[in-house]
Amino acid sequence: MGLKTPFYQHHIDAGAKMVDFGGWDMPINYGSQIDEHQTVRTDAGMFDVSHMTIVDVTGADAKPYLRKLLANDIAKLTESGKALYSGMLNEDGGVIDDLITYYIDDTFYRVVVNASTREKDLAWMEKQAQDFDVKVAHNPDYAMLAVQGPNAIAKTQSVFTDAQKQASKDIGVFFAVESDGLFIARTGYTGEDGYEIMVPLAQVDTFWNALLDAGVKPCGLGARDTLRLEAGMNLYGQDMDETVSPLEANMGWTITWEPADRDFIGRKALEQQKADGVKNKLAGLVLEGKGVMRAHMKVICEDGSIGETTSGTMSPTLKKSIAFARIPKTAGEQVMVEMRGKQVPAKVVKACFVRNGKPLI
Amino acid sequence: MSDIPSELKYASSHEWARLEDDGSVVVGISDHAQELLGDVVYVELPEMDAEVAAGDEVAVVESVKAASDIYAPVSGTIIEINDNLEDAPETVNTDSYGDGWMFRIQPSNDGDINELLDADAYAESIADE
Repeated sequence: MGLKTPFYQHHIDAGAKMVDFGGWDMPINYGSQIDEHQTVRTDAGMFDVSHMTIVDVTGADAKPYLRKLLANDIAKLTESGKALYSGMLNEDGGVIDDLITYYIDDTFYRVVVNASTREKDLAWMEKQAQDFDVKVAHNPDYAMLAVQGPNAIAKTQSVFTDAQKQASKDIGVFFAVESDGLFIARTGYTGEDGYEIMVPLAQVDTFWNALLDAGVKPCGLGARDTLRLEAGMNLYGQDMDETVSPLEANMGWTITWEPADRDFIGRKALEQQKADGVKNKLAGLVLEGKGVMRAHMKVICEDGSIGETTSGTMSPTLKKSIAFARIPKTAGEQVMVEMRGKQVPAKVVKACFVRNGKPLI
Repeated sequence: MSDIPSELKYASSHEWARLEDDGSVVVGISDHAQELLGDVVYVELPEMDAEVAAGDEVAVVESVKAASDIYAPVSGTIIEINDNLEDAPETVNTDSYGDGWMFRIQPSNDGDINELLDADAYAESIADE
């Protein structure tokens, strides 16, 4: 038996097919993964993401600590509620995890890390905290729901209290606000608008049922994966890990190089990689022949160099197979993907296929 | 509980086989199999006129989860394939014993189909999974 989130019984009641995900019993779908995918692209769906870990970083040194810990610079966060996506790197520049940090004030930041990396993340964060006046604490007081889709905001607003409506009505993308117990963030992992909401444990049942009544459809991890792939978002452990540089994982934009004297963990290794020349990139592939690309398929470039897919699926929006692939930077626009003994042509594109319901390719 | 029509024969690898009046055998995958696979997104069918032996990998069903091989339940020649699955692979989910059929074999040995499981034996085999 795996770990259960506070929404477990609701998944069972909604007819979910449950699977193990990093030690957690999670819904893979509630019938049809493709229907759930389309619901999020056209209406509103909700995902239980309570298995993700909330870590509160508090104390006088919270800011200098996180500026050391993360490759992106949380000094950019000056408005309370503003969020930042970053990699947390090791000394070799490998990605320990990718995470979101919310700025509350200079002595309080809230960090959300992946489920599968919880133990190693907490151990690493605590180890790095030793030289700082800072407290790093897992916050177990919340469940978490992501409500995503073009109608997600309107439908979620309809179940909020008046205070929550008022507080959240104008929050921008990548901002969060706390109101009547809920921590409401305008973030997501689907390429659609919506919220990720931390829900106090006592409100879990009423909040889930209210969203159901408002017409928000439960969606499983299966749809979450195809949605994030279409949206060009990395999955930790699949598209990057501790052996992969963010410079080869489409995460270059998350590294803040200036000011040059900010000595974040992994900086020296990344500077060395840049000086030596970064060899690979994480690109998008669109299959031109028949079949479905999956992770770990061999990619053969025109010049004979070799790469590998890291994630792949049949895109429900494009009705074509799409993938991320780590391939040499020198690769041209056309590659062959080795699938089940055959070589099938694919086109190299930017690793972002669908945004706000619209195909980008 | 999945649907297992009693008039069909089954392979333990989840294909069903139906003997037609003309002696040919129509093949698809069971309701249980489509349930396990989840939404089917692509079906790679065998080549027309291909000679196949019972147990050969002859087709591939790709679902949102994974690719699964489909094995020929009997030996013979592929005489028809269900082209409709190219545009509507989800038919395998919605009508696995009807419009979701995959291919038709002209058996080289009429007795082969009797080697397959009947509905009760197949039900028992999937109960153990």
